[in-house]
Parts: sequence; structure tokens; C-alpha cells
Amino acid sequence: MIFNKNLKNILLVIFATLILSACSTAQKSGNIDGDVYTGKETVKYLASGVPDRIFFATNKSSLTTASRATLRKQATYLRKNKNLSVTIEGHADERGTREYNLALGERRANAARDYLMTYGISGKRISVISYGKEKPVNPASTPLAWSQNRRSVTVKVN
Amino acid sequence: MKKILIILFFKLFLINKSFALIEIDITRGNLDPLPIAVSPLHVDIKSENYEGIKIKKLGEDISKIIEVNFRATGLFNPLKKDAFVQKPDIAHLKPRFEDWRLIKAQALVTGKLLVKDGKLKVEFRLWDLAAAKEMTALAFTTTPSNWRRVAHIISDKIYERLTGEEGYFDTRIIYVAESGPKNQRVKKLAIMDQDGANTKYLTLGNELVLTPRFNPTNQMVTYMSYFRNMPRVYLLDIETGTQEVVGNFPGMTFAPRFSPDGKKIVMSFAKDGNSDIYTMDLDSRVVERITDHSSIDTSPSFSPDGKFIAFNSDRSGLQQIYVMRSDGSGVKRITFGNGIYGTPVWSPRGDLIAFTKMRKGRFYIGVMRIDGSGERLLTENYYQEAPSWSPNGRVLVFYRETKSGSKGEGFSAKLWSIDITGYNERRLQTATDASDPSWSSLLSK
Repeated sequence: MIFNKNLKNILLVIFATLILSACSTAQKSGNIDGDVYTGKETVKYLASGVPDRIFFATNKSSLTTASRATLRKQATYLRKNKNLSVTIEGHADERGTREYNLALGERRANAARDYLMTYGISGKRISVISYGKEKPVNPASTPLAWSQNRRSVTVKVN
Repeated sequence: MKKILIILFFKLFLINKSFALIEIDITRGNLDPLPIAVSPLHVDIKSENYEGIKIKKLGEDISKIIEVNFRATGLFNPLKKDAFVQKPDIAHLKPRFEDWRLIKAQALVTGKLLVKDGKLKVEFRLWDLAAAKEMTALAFTTTPSNWRRVAHIISDKIYERLTGEEGYFDTRIIYVAESGPKNQRVKKLAIMDQDGANTKYLTLGNELVLTPRFNPTNQMVTYMSYFRNMPRVYLLDIETGTQEVVGNFPGMTFAPRFSPDGKKIVMSFAKDGNSDIYTMDLDSRVVERITDHSSIDTSPSFSPDGKFIAFNSDRSGLQQIYVMRSDGSGVKRITFGNGIYGTPVWSPRGDLIAFTKMRKGRFYIGVMRIDGSGERLLTENYYQEAPSWSPNGRVLVFYRETKSGSKGEGFSAKLWSIDITGYNERRLQTATDASDPSWSSLLSK
């Protein structure tokens, strides 16, 4: 019985430690909403105030409110720079099969392209390419890295 | 590849069909591998030197390759040679069965070879030690530079005689050789013998290449390349090195495989965010659209009779495996288990489909019947996918990646194999990191 009680205490301590460590990881990855990355760490800029990339949830290609805001800024920028063409690179995280991820990256890049087109940018100015999971921006195997890698990036061509 | 094996002379001495006392059941995991003695092949003293080959050691080298092959099956236990009780040439004539039984061997392989006039003549015999008789024997002649293949062909014949199944040793594996940091990987097409020997690189690593697959005669490979930053399916002739784009698609093509008759390539074509499955006839160049659905349809694989195609699709929301007739009709979902499913690959026997399953952050390689029933998960890990079948349908090769640290350190990609019994998981030796393996059919058939 005493042994059982001790065991219980030990287990309680272990649980408490687990909960605490879970809290600390949650704080570190405070830049993830749902599992969509919302931070700025990997973001580059096409021009001042025009982020080059948007982020996606696992296995999804739907645009978040923040992604739409970013793409509207890109559209405004592209309208002002009429001779500029772009390539949208679609990417996936490492937690899926290679071939499916190639398709998923293509779908993500096209989701961004379609949105730019609804804001008046000609499809002729926007090419897409999918890299699937082949070009991670963050090579770590963590939920934060995966969220940074699930992205589409608008790159100036000329 | 034709010139690699020119069997000038192929003669069956004798196949003893009488009842043998030893046989191996390979339908279940084998926890009690068969003790087998592989005697070094006797080298005839009349043998002449041949460029770059150590003739005196050739008999021993061949026997070592046979032993490595046997050990890798998990079905055989090759015995240590220092316990051997008879000289190779004498044992080959007629073994003293009772002496070999004393070292607990149940089967014995003997042989001899002669290198003369630029030719390698080999013969071997397989002896059933309990029944005290010869089980099979074979003699053949080839070019001396083929000596490793001689060892694999002997291994295949013995495996066939003892298990009743076709062997898989005289085969090759094509794969993607990887090097460099995880976020700047350099990838090249590479080809090697099934046992890891004779690695050759088929591309230089200037562009990203993925998912190579053999055609049925092992002379052509279809793969995906980012040449000129245009991701497309390519066709490569291994012998001549000529490469060409498959079809004239206005966007990314990927996930290629040959049809079982080698006449078509089935692949995915991505357009406007939607991937569907297409085939192209390599002679007529006629392209056919096989699926037409707003979801992602990819990873197609023909059944060995060419009548069906298995593929994965996220039309139900997440990736699941579907089977349809090869014209695209009769689409039927076959996976309903917990988790998501990808990379279906039809067994060369036609009875099973191998797949990758993802569930709760873990990756599994498994097999199921072609209607999706009887799912068996063979191996679980952090990340693994892309199974490819041995030509006899008994072993799967796949690749496995490790979890990496905050800077990508600790990352590796390696080839592994496992029997469809779920036993005998092994890492394949590769010169570099490796992924996307594809197993050839038997080279000499």
C-alpha cells in the first residue's frame, strides 16, 4: 500500500512535469494558430510592407484571413508594377508522401494565384511551380518548422 | 544492359524432382533458419588470369556472395567455413554426408569453376544432407566480369529449389542518391545490384530528380526531373543514356510508372491546382485522361494483368486508396481504416497491394488484399514510405527518414527491406543516403 502511494506521488510529479513542459513548448510555438504559421521569422518582402509568402494548415490549401490580406498587398504591388511577372512556389511539410505533396504544393500555389487573379492580376503574369516537400525553409522536425514549410512563396521573375 | 549477361551456354545437368527432406515454408516468419553450408567453389588449376579478377580467390568470393544473399533472406543460416570438413573439389564430386551432418548442416552447396579463353565456366550442386542426395545441379558459361551475377544466379536457383518460389537475387535497385544538408539536398539517380554492389550514378545532380521506376525489361526508367525548372516525367534508356520528356503537357507531370507490358506510362498531370491521372502510349504517343475529378489523384500503379489501376485520392477529404479499371471506370474506394493512406503498389503476384499509412504522427508500411480487406501493418516508424516489391512478391523495399534537430542535423534517408510476413527488417547498404527505391525484375529469365 505504501509502495502504491509512493508510486502515485511519483506519477503525479511526472504528470506535473509533462504538463509544465507542454506549456513551455506551447509558448515557444506561439506563432501558430490552429496549425497555420502566423509569425514573421522566415518571411521575406517583395517590397516594403509586402510579404512574399503565405502559410497553410496541414493537408489544406485554403487561404486564411491573414493569407488573403497578404495576397491583397501582393496584388496592389503587382498592379503598380505592371511589367513584373512572378512565380508562385508551392511547398508542403515533410509529413506526407512525396507524390501527394507534389500535388498539394501545386494546389497551394494555385490557390494563391487564383486569389491574385480575382484582384485583377492577369494569369499570364503568374506562373506556378510545386516543390512538394523537397525544399524546406526550416529543416527541423518540429511542428513549428512544418508550419513554416507549408507555404506558397511569390518570387519575382524579372 | 544486354551486354552484361551473355550466357553462352546454359545447360541443366539434372533436376532431381524426387521428394526432398528439406524444404522451407516462407509463408510465415521463419524463426528457425535452415543451416546451410556453402563450400567455396573449387578453382580449376588450368584457370587463366583475366583482367582485374583475382582468380585464386574467385571460388571463395562467389561463395561469400551466396552466403550474404542467403543470410539476408532470414530463411537460411550459412554456417562458418572453418568448421567445413571436406575440400571443395572432393565435396563437389560426392560429399561425405555424415561428416557434413555432424556440423549440423542440412543442405550443402558445392561447385567448381574454370576461367579459360576469356570465359568463365561454372557448375554447382545442391545436396540434401539428410536424404544423402543431390537436389539440383546446373552448369553455365559466361564472361568472367559477370562473376558477381554468377553468384546471384546460383543463389536464385538454390532459393527456388528449397522454397518453391522464384528468387530475387539477380536483380537491381534503382533509387535516388541523396547528399548535402536537408534544405539543400542534392539528388541523383543511382542504380546498384540488389546486394549494394556496383553502384552507378545516372544523373549528375544538377537538377532535382525523384521517383525512378523500371520498365518490365529493366532497360528503361521513368522518373521525374526538374530539368530547366520544369517538373516533368522523363524516360531514360539506361544503356544509351538518352533521356526524353514524356508527352507534351503544359504543366507538372509526376508519379510515373510503367504498365506491365511496358507500352504505357501512367502518371499524374497537375493543372490549375488539380491533379488527375493520365496514360501515354510510348509508341503512338497518344495521351489518355483516366481520372477527371476536382481532387488530387496520384500515385497510380497498374495491376500485373494491366486491367486495373490502384491510386490515392483525397476526394473523400483525406488521402485514401482507390481501385478502378484501367480505362478509369468503376472507381472504388478500398481503404476505410483509421488514418490516411498513400502510395499503393500492386504486388507482381496480383494478390496484394502494398501501401504507406499515416496515423497519429507515425508512418507504416503495410499490405492488404486488392479489395482493401486483410490489412497488415508490417513496420512502424517516424517517417517511411514508397514500398516497391521484390519480383517474387515476398519482400518490400522502402525508404525511411529520421527526425532531425533544429538545424536539420541528424537527418538521414536510408533504404530498408522487410518480408511481407512482417519479419526480417533490414537496412540495405547504399553508398550515400537514399530514397525512392524501385526493384527490377529478374535480369536473367
